Amino acid sequence: MATGIRDKVAILGMGCSKFGERWDCNAEDLMVEAYEEALGDAGIETKQIEAAWFATGIEEQHVGKSGVPLAVALRLGYIPVTRVENYCASGSEAFRGAAYAVASGACDIALALGCEKLKDTGYGGLPQRGRGVVNSMYWPNLSAPGVFAQLGAAYRAKHGVDAGDFKRALAHISVKSHDNGSRNPKAHLRNKITEDTVMNAPMVAEPLGLFDCCGVSDGAACAIVTTPEIARSLGKHDLVTIKALQLSVSNGTEAQHNSWDSTYFATTRIASKRAYAEAGITNPREQISLVEVHDCFSVTEFVTMEDLHISPEGGALRDVMDGFFDADGKVPCQIDGGLKCFGHPIGASGLRMIYEMYLQMQGRAGERQRKTQPVFGVTHNLGGFPHQNVCSVVVVGLDGA
Amino acid sequence: MSIGILAYGAHVPRLRLQRRAAAEANAWFNPGLKAQGKGERSMAGWDEDPITMAVEAARDCLADLPREAIQAVHLASTTLPFADRSNSAVVATALNLPQAIRTLDLSGSRRAATSGLIAAVQAVAGGAGQTLLAAADKRKAKAGSPQEMHYGDGAAALLIGEGQPIARLIVAHTETVDFVDQFRAFDRAFDYGWEERWIREEGYLKIVPPAVKAALGKAGVAADGVSHFCMPGTLPRIAALVAQKCGLPEAAVRDNLAGVCGDTGAAHAIVMLVHALERAKAGERIVVAGFGQGCDVLVLEVTEAIATLPPRRGVTGSLARRREETSYAKFLAFNDLIPLDRGMRAELDKATAMTALYRNNEMVHGLVGGRCTECGTLQFPKSKICVGPNCHKFHTQVDHPFAEMVGNVMSYTADMLTYSPEPPQHFGMVQFRDGGRMMMDFTDVDVGKVEVGMPMRMVFRIKDQDQQRGFTRYFWKAAPAGAAQS
Repeated sequence: MATGIRDKVAILGMGCSKFGERWDCNAEDLMVEAYEEALGDAGIETKQIEAAWFATGIEEQHVGKSGVPLAVALRLGYIPVTRVENYCASGSEAFRGAAYAVASGACDIALALGCEKLKDTGYGGLPQRGRGVVNSMYWPNLSAPGVFAQLGAAYRAKHGVDAGDFKRALAHISVKSHDNGSRNPKAHLRNKITEDTVMNAPMVAEPLGLFDCCGVSDGAACAIVTTPEIARSLGKHDLVTIKALQLSVSNGTEAQHNSWDSTYFATTRIASKRAYAEAGITNPREQISLVEVHDCFSVTEFVTMEDLHISPEGGALRDVMDGFFDADGKVPCQIDGGLKCFGHPIGASGLRMIYEMYLQMQGRAGERQRKTQPVFGVTHNLGGFPHQNVCSVVVVGLDGA
Repeated sequence: MSIGILAYGAHVPRLRLQRRAAAEANAWFNPGLKAQGKGERSMAGWDEDPITMAVEAARDCLADLPREAIQAVHLASTTLPFADRSNSAVVATALNLPQAIRTLDLSGSRRAATSGLIAAVQAVAGGAGQTLLAAADKRKAKAGSPQEMHYGDGAAALLIGEGQPIARLIVAHTETVDFVDQFRAFDRAFDYGWEERWIREEGYLKIVPPAVKAALGKAGVAADGVSHFCMPGTLPRIAALVAQKCGLPEAAVRDNLAGVCGDTGAAHAIVMLVHALERAKAGERIVVAGFGQGCDVLVLEVTEAIATLPPRRGVTGSLARRREETSYAKFLAFNDLIPLDRGMRAELDKATAMTALYRNNEMVHGLVGGRCTECGTLQFPKSKICVGPNCHKFHTQVDHPFAEMVGNVMSYTADMLTYSPEPPQHFGMVQFRDGGRMMMDFTDVDVGKVEVGMPMRMVFRIKDQDQQRGFTRYFWKAAPAGAAQS
């Protein structure tokens, strides 16, 4: 019986680039920016890293395939480097690779780095891409906001929610993330907004308007992991360890079988249950201190609150409007500004979320630091579409918690 | 048992360009157009062409009739999308007809459909088996031209075979005259026409009446015994003048639908025939003329069986299902008449892998999915392992056609970001009542009118145009099923 990896891996150091429209940077520059901070934080040298995982989503449009771009940019020591891509969970997937390598005993110190240079694509919004020869023949002509928007109509119909009330709850989510992002120097968007701004913005894909969508940014984030024993031997205290790493990938049921009702993410419900079991969390609403969820769109964050079993089914609207997820609420969500304000450089997002958890656990989050000591932090990524996706749930926390 | 028309169907696109919009937009150049700026013409959606319109007309025609009996599909049009690829084969596949079928593309003249109808009746008489004849046209016209005003887009279909026909062809007569009133070279997009007065005097009035008289003579039918005269042609009063010359009763001259539809080219004689059959009574005689490099004349007699044919959407139903379009700019864009800035998202390469298309031909063109023989689950696409959460059996699925199934909207959006020739792009999950579901594009919907639970039917439409290579991709879309909504 597998026991999971709880407390078998500690974060030795992390780094994160400034996110934004980094017209001045190549992808390699962003990688080095995140890596330099992580390396300094870990207090080690490059030659101590024994294996690396590199996450990029749309690699054709920035660095190209394979592990080579990471090895070259960081001048790694001819170690194994694996490129991973699992939609928007790519960064978390890289983290999982590095953590599992350490947990297995295959190596002592491993690196995970995610990077995306979206502003070299020429697009506002994610670029239009081919979907493979067969899918392109029958998939609808869709955009990311369009597919995620599907949740809105179905959720409202199922729970009998008025369109105006629903839209205002979505607006509250975006306003909250902008408030939080305004206090984060690494966020792309640092302006505060009002609910009316969100409600009256141009429509992108009904019911999602411009401010219901996350930004499109360049960025990189990096983690260096090791065992708790090695971390302590390197002089580290107040260790942040990994409590759980779970991934769930749709098998086509949602897209093809009438058992799914289009109001939730089946994968998130499954991955979060598995993660809580691995981490020993029995009452997520009470035990989780902070969450960073994949708020590619406000409606995604909305339903994710239920899928993570924090809000009861049909109860997200009340929690959102009650401020339960605000920075000073019971379970702050996107205390760093989220994808909404950082933007979504696909490969970097999962690691950027873990970076915030790591800072918050160690009391290093500056102006936006949570006053009460966080114990468990949950990060969540979602790639693909509501009806066909990849979901990762990562739990980190203080060692021994 | 006798031979004749067993069933009919039609499809006129839902959009109706208001002629006034076109006249006003072009009056600065040609003030004379204002005189023609009355009424409306049918306008194909961006995702409709002669193939898709023919499929819809054929589905209307076939309704619940068994499709296994059909032995041939003939498609008549002067605007076939493919010059080298059997257009009728695409129609046959979309209708999910068996592979052992003959297909024929008929083109080259506006009388292609009437000639095709004569040939089909003769073939059936010779033992060829049931033949589906579909006719469709979507003719391009230069901006500001009279043709732009007069033309319309549409299709009609007839099932010809042995049995109890609703109408019997008494006789057909053709006169071939290489009279060039208009022409279009192979590499040109637009028709080029000669002077109207010459076309009327030397063309219609000298070619059609003798042909009609000859046909009636062969049939032994007196001119005053004709109840319906179907005479396409956009020249003012041309049908009445021809009727007068032939001695046909003035009351028999049928409305050429110019005011509400426009001239649908090669399809129009059949469109008018279908329109006549919708109201015709047993014993009535119908004369149909197909003009173009001569004239085909068909003399038909309606039989008692007409009363037993279940109602079709037909021409009348199609014309009732309309949305006024007042944007002349949209008409220009749909017909590729202006270099519209379609944005970077339109640049995505739409190349089709012919290997993959061939492998998935039934799935893509026929909308054939799977049904699990173990658990009964319907699914699209068909797969090697059943999607049923409690099944997942290997190799249990058999073909299941989804095209005639009705579903309901489970989720939807109106997407302004993705590239669409007609934003916003509506799409969503359609859940079929008998099981199965599909995230798919919607068509023929209006902004703000889509709702969860709305009933939807499947329609065969253009999916993408590969501008680089000139290939058209087809797939099925969901359209409102309710008559009131559609």
